[in-house]
Amino acid sequence: MTSHTTMTATTATTGTATAPNASAGNTHTIVLVGHGMVGQHFLESLAERGLTATHRVVVLCEEPRPAYDRVRLTSYFSGRTPDELSLTDAEFIKEHGIELHLGDPAESVDRAARTVTARSGLTVGYDTLVLATGSYPFVPPVPGKDAEGCFVYRTIEDLLAIEEYAKARATTGAVVGGGLLGLEAAGALKGLGLATHIVEFAPRLMPVQVDEGGGAALLRTIEDMGLSVHTGTGTQEIVTGDDGAVTGMKLSDGSELPTDLVVFSAGVRPRDQLARAMGLTVGERGGITVDEQCRTSDPAVFAIGECALAADGRVYGLVAPGYEMAATAAATIAADGASFTGADLSTKLKLLGVDVASFGDAHGATADCLDVVYADARSGIYKKLVIGRDGRLLGGILVGDADAYGTLRAFTGSVPPIAPEQLVLPASAGAPVALGPSALPDSAVICSCHNVTKGTIRGAVTEHSCTNVPEVKKCTKAGTGCGSCVKVLGQLVNEELAASGVEVDHGLCGCFGQTREELYEIVLALRITSYRTLLDRYGREDARGGDGCEVCKPAVGSVIASLAPTIGADGYVLAGEQAALQDTNDHFLANLQKNGSYSIVPRIPGGEITPEKLIVIGEVARDFGLYTKITGGQRIDLFGARVEQLPLIWARLVDAGFESGHAYGKSLRTVKSCVGQTWCRYGVQDSVRMAIDLELRYRGLRSPHKLKSAVSGCARECAEAQSKDFGIIATSNGWNLYVGGNGGATPRHADLLAQDLSDAELVRLIDRFLMFYIRTADRLERTSTWLERIPGGLDHVREVVVEDSLGICEELESLMTAHVAGYRDEWAETINDPEKLGRFVSFVNAPDTPDPVVGFVPERDQIKPDLPLLTIGQRPLEGSAQR
Amino acid sequence: MTLAPETTRTTTALTLQLLLEDGWFTVCELSLLTPGRGVAALLPDGRQVALFTDRAGRTYAIDNRDPFSGAAVLSRGLTGTHRGRPFVASPLLKQRFDLESGRCLDDEGVRVATYEVRAA
Ligand SMILES: Cc1cc2nc3c(=O)[nH]c(=O)nc-3n(C[C@H](O)[C@H](O)[C@H](O)COP(=O)(O)OP(=O)(O)OC[C@H]3O[C@@H](n4cnc5c(N)ncnc54)[C@H](O)[C@@H]3O)c2cc1C
Ligand code: SF4
Repeated sequence: MTSHTTMTATTATTGTATAPNASAGNTHTIVLVGHGMVGQHFLESLAERGLTATHRVVVLCEEPRPAYDRVRLTSYFSGRTPDELSLTDAEFIKEHGIELHLGDPAESVDRAARTVTARSGLTVGYDTLVLATGSYPFVPPVPGKDAEGCFVYRTIEDLLAIEEYAKARATTGAVVGGGLLGLEAAGALKGLGLATHIVEFAPRLMPVQVDEGGGAALLRTIEDMGLSVHTGTGTQEIVTGDDGAVTGMKLSDGSELPTDLVVFSAGVRPRDQLARAMGLTVGERGGITVDEQCRTSDPAVFAIGECALAADGRVYGLVAPGYEMAATAAATIAADGASFTGADLSTKLKLLGVDVASFGDAHGATADCLDVVYADARSGIYKKLVIGRDGRLLGGILVGDADAYGTLRAFTGSVPPIAPEQLVLPASAGAPVALGPSALPDSAVICSCHNVTKGTIRGAVTEHSCTNVPEVKKCTKAGTGCGSCVKVLGQLVNEELAASGVEVDHGLCGCFGQTREELYEIVLALRITSYRTLLDRYGREDARGGDGCEVCKPAVGSVIASLAPTIGADGYVLAGEQAALQDTNDHFLANLQKNGSYSIVPRIPGGEITPEKLIVIGEVARDFGLYTKITGGQRIDLFGARVEQLPLIWARLVDAGFESGHAYGKSLRTVKSCVGQTWCRYGVQDSVRMAIDLELRYRGLRSPHKLKSAVSGCARECAEAQSKDFGIIATSNGWNLYVGGNGGATPRHADLLAQDLSDAELVRLIDRFLMFYIRTADRLERTSTWLERIPGGLDHVREVVVEDSLGICEELESLMTAHVAGYRDEWAETINDPEKLGRFVSFVNAPDTPDPVVGFVPERDQIKPDLPLLTIGQRPLEGSAQR
Repeated sequence: MTLAPETTRTTTALTLQLLLEDGWFTVCELSLLTPGRGVAALLPDGRQVALFTDRAGRTYAIDNRDPFSGAAVLSRGLTGTHRGRPFVASPLLKQRFDLESGRCLDDEGVRVATYEVRAA
């Protein structure tokens, strides 16, 4: 794995050249030390206030790459590339004229001369200096802590080193520290295939965020995942072998734990060394002391983020308070009043797939407060609310199910409108309708990363005419930070739209009030195999007993077909009542063209075809006078068949070993491939074989829209896999899987879902991905739009299909297994069924007469539709329909 | 040649009949119609008719030519109920036509011919 920087420093001053402060020109110079998450937010705040236009901004960045999303660091292990983690781009830096120096940390500051000197020798004068140096991981001073095989978990470089070491020489790993970061690190080690141990000194996991009950629920779930947890015990020594590399650790309970790799994650400490050297005031236990405007003891110097000791005497180790400090410092520089007086430590995290949230006074430190607890150890759920004497909600802890977090946190400090116990009870235990965000006051903060209130979100709908969540996100920034508020955001936006008279009917059509996803769930859960039953029981009141419509019939037909083997329906789309549901193309298993004739596409898996089969296609086309064209999907389309010719053509093709290519269905079309390793000098895997395997596996799978795929034999990507619904690119270690790509009118580059997969891992992941898409997408929604629409986007999909956060992967896999086992060729089935064949006539009362409107004329040695025939006997259209 | 099935004609089977200028014209057996799907019939003068039946067993007949494209394809569209009235959607560009009046629901100025139909 290589890492590369996305941009080079845009340097106005290089080498040792000195531009001592503003006196050089009249511009005021701001120097930012540290380009981490908070540093980047500070730059954005400057830009928003227009300060980048009036000030010179110089950034000294110690890391070799610009700011990236440290909060999602661990997602690197689930396939996110360092570039994808980036929080900024060359565009932003360039547009705002920011001078960014990568890999060049500030080493000293001369406060009298107001200059900063970096490691390279570069010296920059400043009018305002902003320190955003973050934290460093605390490593307990145990013997052996610097041995080979010991790591910390803070930067992309740390992860690269851990990955390399784990792959090369470790089978067991141990994490020192069972807090938030320790659990993340443990998840990462497990993901790398190591037998993983967590050693925590405190008697429970995540001692800061959760209490004993929450810790117990967490422990159980984490042990169930196969991690070994050792609480109440400290690390005394790192044991090394003859070569100086880690072989184990000695614990305070006297035992020894063999391990090949150790990750220290025992907390962080503010990086205040530079500030100390500058003579700024720092706290007793570290942290650069700042006032409410984030100024240090030198008014020309600010400190923000994890390195700062805020005015309320706390060092905040979370990103949201850091962002607030960044905004405060920028506002202060702009001479706007702003202050940071402290922040809420509420957090919602997903650790190893388990939701953990705590908010407000989670540990019940307020005098006289009472707890309301709901615990279900069996399913690893623990919920505690801290209620004040006066009935106000003071805080709480949620483990295993944190859905209510957004609402509960917003209610903190007020008396909730329903009894507290009902807020934590699961719906199945008789909780009334869940408390929606409608009950919240306008002042309630919904997005704490960007400090967006409910009032602002409502305003986005009522005043800025946003009509959906993506628009509101763009307008208010809500939901673009950690993402934990997106669910509540969605509810709020919908409520507001409804209230402002915009009809938000999510129903599929005039017949069903449910979405396609909801209908899928109903069909699956109740094993409904008949459209009529579904319509009569679950349709809108006035649609029951009717004939449905052209929207819901094919949509429900597709759902029933996707689930057929599982719910016990006939998988053949023309079976019984199902025949009446299919769009005309599915009904005739061919593609209707403008003059009422059809085109036929036999399956050519992976685009590989023998000369014999090519000859058969040529002969069939010649014998039936069909127009032939090579498609973009590496197969051959035969045009100009009359309806009564279809079975005859299929019979010839089936005889020669062809089957339906499903070009007519909302289903898998093709899996394109390049020749790959077999022939190509660059190829690293057999892309053709993989494409064929995948095409044969997913053929016939009915889905919300068509599915396209491709496999490339190396990173040169000749098969254009990144423009497909699921695309696969070979690597020297296996396969990278990309999803959500699209060509056509709205092209979209696919996103990397996972990398270096083995054949089996690849297939399993695609199984899950496709079934999850089929389950949750809207009608006619391609994977690209689906991925952009669903809350949480790619991350959510990755959590569900890679990390199994919803616990549904087994079900998704078994649905696919059932599909694969139940596959039948629709063409063969039809030509062998005399009753079905009766449909393939132009006229029911004259089966031997062809439709006189369908005719052809020659063009370029082939045929084309005879369009004048279409107008014979037709009155020209009048009025609005005339073209 | 035809691949159409042999249908055993029993004297009691109901047939579908269209009222033309010169009286009732027998098209086919009623049992050949599937609720929700249509069939096309050729009239002696070369006109084409699309025939449908719905869940309740009511039958409808309209011209088979799609006025927007000229193609004879309306019998291959999907049927449904819109505000209590039966319709078929053209399989080409999806305009809907009321099966009783022949009016296009998506373009007021357009209508297709309708025929009186009965099962006898
Ligand atoms: C694995 C992991 C998961 C996390 N999960 C969460 C979470 O779920 N929620 C949450 O709120 N927070 C989380 N955090 C914490 C969050 O990442 C930090 O709060 C946030 O990054 C702090 O931002 P910062 O800019 O203050 O520090 P940093 O992001 O650490 O940035 C500081 C930067 O300054 C640079 N620097 C230091 N000294 C110098 C110098 N002298 N010259 C130049 N550059 C210098 C450093 O190299 C670094 O790049 C997580 C952290 C980790 C590591
Ligand atoms: S993608 Fe790679 S393996 Fe495939 S044809 Fe192109 S260069 Fe060769």
